[in-house]
Amino acid sequence: MKKVCIAVFVLVFGLISLGLGNGFASSSRDYISVVGSSTVYPFATVVAERFGKSTAFKTPKIESTGSGGGHKLFGAGVGVQFPDITNSSRRIKKSELEKAMKNGVKEIVEVKIGYDGIVIANSKSAPTFKLTRKDLFLALAKNVPSGNESGKLVPNPYKTWKEVDSTLPDIKIEVLGPPPTSGTRDAFVELAMESGAKQFGWIKDLKKADKKAYKALCHTIREDGAYIEAGENDNLIVQKLSANKNALGIFGFSFLDQNADKLQGSFVDGVQPKFEAIADGSYPVSRPLFFYVKKAHVQAIPGMREFLAEFTSDKAWGDEGYLTDKGLIPMPESERKVFHDAVKTLKPMLLSDL
Amino acid sequence: MNNSTTGLSGLNLSSLKPSTEPSNAGQTAVRGAQVRTMDVVNKGLARRHRSESRFKRLGLAAILLSLAFLAVLFVSIFANGYTAFKQTFIQLEVFLDPLEIDKENLQTVNYMGLVKKSLTTIFPLVKSRADKRKLYGIVSTGAAFDLQKFVQKNRHEIGNTIQIWVPADDDVDMLMKGHISRDVPEAERRMNDTQIAWVDHFIDRSRIKQEFNTIFFTGGDSREPELAGIWGATCGSLYTLLVALCLSFPIGIATAIYLEEFAPTNRWTDVVEVNINNLAAVPSIVFGLLGLAVFLNFFGLPRSAPLVGGLVLTLMTLPTIIIASRASLKSVPPSIREAALGIGASKTQMVAHHVLPLAMPGMLTGTIIGMAQALGETAPLLMIGMVAFIVDIPTGFTDPSTVLPVQIFLWADSPERAFLEKTSAAIMVLLVFLVAMNGLAVVLRKKFERRW
Repeated sequence: MKKVCIAVFVLVFGLISLGLGNGFASSSRDYISVVGSSTVYPFATVVAERFGKSTAFKTPKIESTGSGGGHKLFGAGVGVQFPDITNSSRRIKKSELEKAMKNGVKEIVEVKIGYDGIVIANSKSAPTFKLTRKDLFLALAKNVPSGNESGKLVPNPYKTWKEVDSTLPDIKIEVLGPPPTSGTRDAFVELAMESGAKQFGWIKDLKKADKKAYKALCHTIREDGAYIEAGENDNLIVQKLSANKNALGIFGFSFLDQNADKLQGSFVDGVQPKFEAIADGSYPVSRPLFFYVKKAHVQAIPGMREFLAEFTSDKAWGDEGYLTDKGLIPMPESERKVFHDAVKTLKPMLLSDL
Repeated sequence: MNNSTTGLSGLNLSSLKPSTEPSNAGQTAVRGAQVRTMDVVNKGLARRHRSESRFKRLGLAAILLSLAFLAVLFVSIFANGYTAFKQTFIQLEVFLDPLEIDKENLQTVNYMGLVKKSLTTIFPLVKSRADKRKLYGIVSTGAAFDLQKFVQKNRHEIGNTIQIWVPADDDVDMLMKGHISRDVPEAERRMNDTQIAWVDHFIDRSRIKQEFNTIFFTGGDSREPELAGIWGATCGSLYTLLVALCLSFPIGIATAIYLEEFAPTNRWTDVVEVNINNLAAVPSIVFGLLGLAVFLNFFGLPRSAPLVGGLVLTLMTLPTIIIASRASLKSVPPSIREAALGIGASKTQMVAHHVLPLAMPGMLTGTIIGMAQALGETAPLLMIGMVAFIVDIPTGFTDPSTVLPVQIFLWADSPERAFLEKTSAAIMVLLVFLVAMNGLAVVLRKKFERRW
């Protein structure tokens, strides 16, 4: 008994001292730490894995914290305890950049890596939807304009797609989509619903007159059960769609790409979400993906330059790079060159860029 | 005694045997009242029996229902996951070109190039760039690393043509396992007809086989399903649990012994006790936030480290262990303590020599249950950065790592179809660990428990 007690205490104190020792000695880190968007995560992880296997450096650690969470951690300061890179499925906000600069992160390099399409899809055994962004706005907004009268709003009265647009099938509106914390939802609301709302002349004018009311109108999704928040897990939405023929789902293109035998993408403004259509910009609901690098860390952390070079090489993000296999939509060559150079010269972004 | 006519026993007898002959008038009167009671009892008896059997049936139904749910869970996990324990391999004939291989520097050789060359010699008609890319895609990117390992081990083979089994791509694997159907139209399939024809070429020459998936049990995480393994997450779980065990077991038991054996009963110990009970009910995410604020931000410990994970899980499991340990101390009869004190043992000796050994099995059970709970926990680890993509297998308490349930969560969220079976397989592994730990708790209890 005594021996056991002594052994346990030695172990405990050993562990604690080891922990504290390491804690205070964490002034060096030999791996790259990446945080940020869950949408960029599948791409960043592929690059990290290849980088780790093909070089002598350790494999970067990639956390999936969401875009907002990533910027918060990233902008907290300079030093090994803070991440080196944050992934983002939207551009950094001015407020986030200001905060980062206030915390001493003065030089941040912005790198766009490509595009991601947001698809509205349903089961293969159901009819293909031919939607417009206006349809999406009318079907999913909390309040919709009533008639042609300007300025008059009613709580969304539409129950079936046919009521929204007579060319659509007579099926109950039932859309499975991401919750408000998701970057995919932000992008969908902005790219699909807001553009749809703008097709009403008076709403477009509202933007100048009362920005707050405009945003509330365009960005608020109905809460009466027609839009179902299905959690952050896109695989779950895919499974629910195969089970429920009448439902539509909103998620990233890579999940449609992987499940093309079960699901079909709906046309939006006459274009179906296909790789080529998103790449050339004709599919309207697509968004750019970014990552942001701390310039101060490029020297301090081993392997940073090489990792950035791997990410921005044509064999990764090029037209036929391995990231396209994972569903990333590549940028046109000219745009790729711009960001490739930005990484090479580590040109920091300014507040005035936003 | 049976034949005695004293009031009480006579009453009892007559109520049991209403047909016995009355022996005197007084008893007849009593028996009349008895018979009436019996009628009331008999009348209600059928109803009472019914209600009893109904209650039994309801209880049985509840158990059957929960067993059915459990069975559905296990069957669906097993049905989805058992295929993950097999992995498809393709045999390639690779010419280890001495012109390509720099014997001095085996690291920098373009091994993928050699693999690609071997594929193009089998299918010389594939010319266009897009088709070639698809052709190269039927073997995993891990093939190059396997070849590299082979060459490093067998330097003398350079210049020869070798046969090597390399992992197939996850799409080929899915096709072989029947998760990609050949019957659906070409446009709706992940693999087109040409790709399937290539695979058939290998099948016809039996150069493709399914083998026990060792990669799954020895590899770290990967974004290629065919290379993804759970060893990294298992190591992370082991390190995390080791830290949690080494801290929570001694602290928990010391707390329980002090509170149970030494502490005076006053308002302070009451407050402590109430707080421990409350802490046991605090949602685990709160401990994660605490860990973030204290261990990461204040003490500056590294993010994503098993050390911090273990510290957070220690906080989470401490109340469970303390409560279980106190209960097991309470169950040691006071006579043991009195006897020890009576022959002149000090209080410390009494606790260390007599009470603790008797209470230990219960304490161990509580600790193991607490550890099993910690093994399945993800929420508090979310806050301290253990939900991360980590390829390298952790080798220490401060290496970045993840744990089994987090690995399941991350795979469940991956778009590749092949991760579906990996997810289920990882759940099976986690369940095996949990069952083993709970089994150990049962065995310890059975073996050492003493009933008083």
